Amino acid sequence: MLYTILCYHQEDVVCAWSAEEDAAVMQRLAVVQENLARAGKLGPVVRLLPTTAATTLRKDREPPLVLDGPFAETKEQLLGFYVIDVADLDEALAIARDLGEANPGGSYELRPIGLFRPGATSP
Amino acid sequence: MTDIAWIEAALTSARPQALGALLRYFRDLDTAEEAFQEACLKALRHWPEKGPPRDPTAWLIFVGRNAALDGVRRRAKLQELPDEAAISDLGDAEDAMADRLDGAHYRDDILRLMFICCHPELPATQQIALALRIVAGLSVRQIARAFLVGEAAMEQRITRAKARIAGGEVPFETPGAAERAERLGAVAAMLYLVFNEGYSAGATDAGERGALCDEAIRLARLLIRLFPSEPEIMGLTALMLLQRSRAKARFDPNGEAILLEEQDRSLWNKKMIAEGLALIDKAMRHRQPGAYQIQAAIAALHARAARAADTDWSGIAALYAALERMQPSPVITLNRSVAVAKVHGPAAALALIEPLENRLAGYFHFFGVKGAYLVDLGRHEEARAAFNRAIALAASPADAAHIRRHLDRLTDGSTAIGGR
Repeated sequence: MLYTILCYHQEDVVCAWSAEEDAAVMQRLAVVQENLARAGKLGPVVRLLPTTAATTLRKDREPPLVLDGPFAETKEQLLGFYVIDVADLDEALAIARDLGEANPGGSYELRPIGLFRPGATSP
Repeated sequence: MTDIAWIEAALTSARPQALGALLRYFRDLDTAEEAFQEACLKALRHWPEKGPPRDPTAWLIFVGRNAALDGVRRRAKLQELPDEAAISDLGDAEDAMADRLDGAHYRDDILRLMFICCHPELPATQQIALALRIVAGLSVRQIARAFLVGEAAMEQRITRAKARIAGGEVPFETPGAAERAERLGAVAAMLYLVFNEGYSAGATDAGERGALCDEAIRLARLLIRLFPSEPEIMGLTALMLLQRSRAKARFDPNGEAILLEEQDRSLWNKKMIAEGLALIDKAMRHRQPGAYQIQAAIAALHARAARAADTDWSGIAALYAALERMQPSPVITLNRSVAVAKVHGPAAALALIEPLENRLAGYFHFFGVKGAYLVDLGRHEEARAAFNRAIALAASPADAAHIRRHLDRLTDGSTAIGGR
């Protein structure tokens, strides 16, 4: 069975960590991740960039609306995510629009990724 | 991370909002700072036992405000002090406080706190020192080390700057849209000053002073959170991230600066580049160009080139031309000429900068760049004269040594000299 672990924390606090503190946390996490990877239990690991770099596409209207900033509603829940490889934000938005046409309603938040380890699992 | 390290990070991140709210409440910077300081001491005492509150910022404002009011009462001997435990056991009070913090004021609180550091009568160095002390919360010792001055001298500088802003009018009423935009512009310029103070550090002090770059970026992200649709704030943040991304590649082991084109791009910080590119993409969608966005777009074209040879020089030339139209300046024309040289050759570049010679007669880079174009054109005598003028104007031995290498190569008969 596959599970995803979604990581939540106070962003402004994490952004106030010194480079050394940040590196120390990542180092401790890497130890746990290595054990999981060796056991074949670790899929992709992603660290997102700050929400200040996010753009949101509201696809509950036609045409969809592009908003600066992260997804901020509390009435909707996180139901899934994609990782896409694109040249820039415009290409990412074009893909999000295509997906939104196939599945209108709700929103997509587009957030650049700072760290990506593909990992390997055998579901 | 230990409890204390977490608490310190939480206090640092809460500082601008909490101090901004306390300043609005007390209308006096010293009282607000003392109140915040009191609240931090209480946090360090109580949070490790009781765990951090749900909303640390609201807690700090509430506790800080009460502590300062107690101070006033104590001085006035008006009434008994309440028990400290009663103050810190917030419970429902904290929820009520959090409700009142619902964003109506705090955006302008933080902007005001940053804006008072931009007092037009304060010289740039004092604005920077004040912002680092008041907004970022760095200690006087940390700031003194970053500026390479003694602690006492820095203390004095900050005290003097504070006295100056205390004498001025601090605008406490909620600003109108035009005023807010004006404040935002002044704050953006001040943050870029803080950044450049760190960015201009040499190889030896790049660690200490480089931290100022990270502070400027952290505060710029905070501004984006407060004003999420301001393209120039996105542009400024992108510009700083893209410049900072090259930190590890900018100096060789001897501490000599390495030119952008010769840097080892594998040392560039990919995270910062990704964040910077996302921000400039976001900004440009607004179609309201500004000077920070254009400079960030130029930095982005460098960042997007996997190798120096892949750089989109005609794109960079066009962006410099746009910047020149927006802010005419001979230095910007000089920078544009470097891109023009790549696209159209040294003759076109030289023709572009020759009319600037009077205005840039005291500018080191002008003669370095001019000399390089003349070398490429085979006009070695004139190149030598330009390089000699550059050496005479060099501000540092490193700059002079760099030009001297060009001169030596001329004497060797070699002409393999790149632009700047």
